[in-house]
Amino acid sequence: MHVSATLLMELGAVFLVLSFLAAVARRWAFSPVPLYLLAGLALGEGGIAPIPAVGEFVETGAAIGVVLLLLLLGLEFSTTEFTHSLRRHLPSALVDGLLNAVPGALLGWVLGLSWGGCLALAGITWISSSGIVARLLSDLRRLGNRETPSVLSILVLEDIAMAIYLPLMGSLAIGGTLGQMSLALGTALCALALAFFVSHRLHHVLGRLVDTQHSEQFLLRVMGLTLLVAGLSEFARASAPVGAFLIGLALSGPLADRARRVIEPVRDLFALVFFLAIGLTIDPRELVPLLPVALALAAVTAVTKVLTGWYAARREGAALRGRLRAGTVLIARGEFSIVIAGLAAGIEPSLVPLAAAYVITLAIAGPIATYLVGVLPARKAPRRRQSEAGA
Amino acid sequence: MEVTEVLLPGVGIRYEFTTAEGERIGIVAHRSGDAELVRYNGPDPDEPQSLLRLTPEESDALSEILGAPRVAERFADLAKEIPGLSAGQMELPSDSSFVGKTLGETRARTRTGASIVALVRGEDVIASPGPEQSLQAGDILVVIGTHEGIAGVQAIIDG
Repeated sequence: MHVSATLLMELGAVFLVLSFLAAVARRWAFSPVPLYLLAGLALGEGGIAPIPAVGEFVETGAAIGVVLLLLLLGLEFSTTEFTHSLRRHLPSALVDGLLNAVPGALLGWVLGLSWGGCLALAGITWISSSGIVARLLSDLRRLGNRETPSVLSILVLEDIAMAIYLPLMGSLAIGGTLGQMSLALGTALCALALAFFVSHRLHHVLGRLVDTQHSEQFLLRVMGLTLLVAGLSEFARASAPVGAFLIGLALSGPLADRARRVIEPVRDLFALVFFLAIGLTIDPRELVPLLPVALALAAVTAVTKVLTGWYAARREGAALRGRLRAGTVLIARGEFSIVIAGLAAGIEPSLVPLAAAYVITLAIAGPIATYLVGVLPARKAPRRRQSEAGA
Repeated sequence: MEVTEVLLPGVGIRYEFTTAEGERIGIVAHRSGDAELVRYNGPDPDEPQSLLRLTPEESDALSEILGAPRVAERFADLAKEIPGLSAGQMELPSDSSFVGKTLGETRARTRTGASIVALVRGEDVIASPGPEQSLQAGDILVVIGTHEGIAGVQAIIDG
């Protein structure tokens, strides 16, 4: 077997540098995602330290990274949490979708993008990063706060909205005639129904298929099943991440808990490669002219997220500071905005640098904003008691 | 005492209650087993003050410390509520003929009518042990039944 020494050395050096960057980010309770993107940018063509040898590996690794990101998103799903969120927080989720997807779609229209491009940009601005937000809530010790359940419910509903959005996006991104696109979408939605059916009625069959005592075999079975279905759905023109998401949805209960524990470290590694790959594909020279647009979009959609959180927290009876906390914590966009841009790269390549600049901005600005709101002096806040919150 | 459950999707469950002294307490139970204790008394009624953060082992230890006497108490109550029923515990002597045998082989329930509901072995508690449960010298048997029944079990395991 021939091993390229340069490949190993370059990869090793990249991982070491990134681990250092991630440690710095975690120290300040920041997500490492923007740093991975920036690192990719610096290492790519036209960057400060190009690494040509890792190209092929990064490309394959990135594909697996997206698949695993979506698998984990599906595994997070729980029926109780979903129905509870739907029953109590549906209006908040609708406001969230309306306020945050529309600015993206409008900008797409102004920039003269295709339908698919507008839809992709709507998704990019709509979905908050559940990873960053959940981590922030825990790090800033807000899990006991009144507004927190509404924030978490919005994240759950956003994530599950991806089940409809991603197949739609996937079929549009592949292009072709209207007939081909509706066929792809129809297949994807049937597969979604099948996934829910399996998770509800056939979970014991699926359980027998993948369950085993040995964690190594369990890992291989879950990975194997996921990659196979992801490949099949790519083949069926419904895009690979959609298939992986469906497998995540189909696995439920203790099986999903175990799968999450086993897959998480693998996901972390390949997701890093994915973010790196996105950074690598961007030429810093094409990024610069897009910066003003990205920053303006970030500013507008930061405000719309604050309004969303304001509305959601007010429904829970939270006072002024609670509403601001809920709004600012939702600002952060992250991994899934990048995934959507990656999906749409086939039809609108300019979305990738735009989304990268947008995510880097908000993944850094969001946590800072919500931290600052949290430490605002509480004196002026009007005192409210249980009366409104009792629901 | 009324305990409110608040679902925290993706994180876990928050339990809230008010103590007799009027303090509002919240317990955030993470899916991972971590726990956080908070108290709502600050200037902002929506934002509690964080009191404690516990790892899964620590919260297990805490719940065992706080929970154990309560279990015993309820156990005693149960025996009190049903006339004629009592609870007892006895150690399996090292010279008992049942050391190394299974619980089923004692045929304790068939012979006395009393049930062995738990086995305490060192720091472990084996709740509702099955007939295939093996016995070791020094095991504490927790028995529920009539006075005669409990005395009968004692006689069997001493033999």
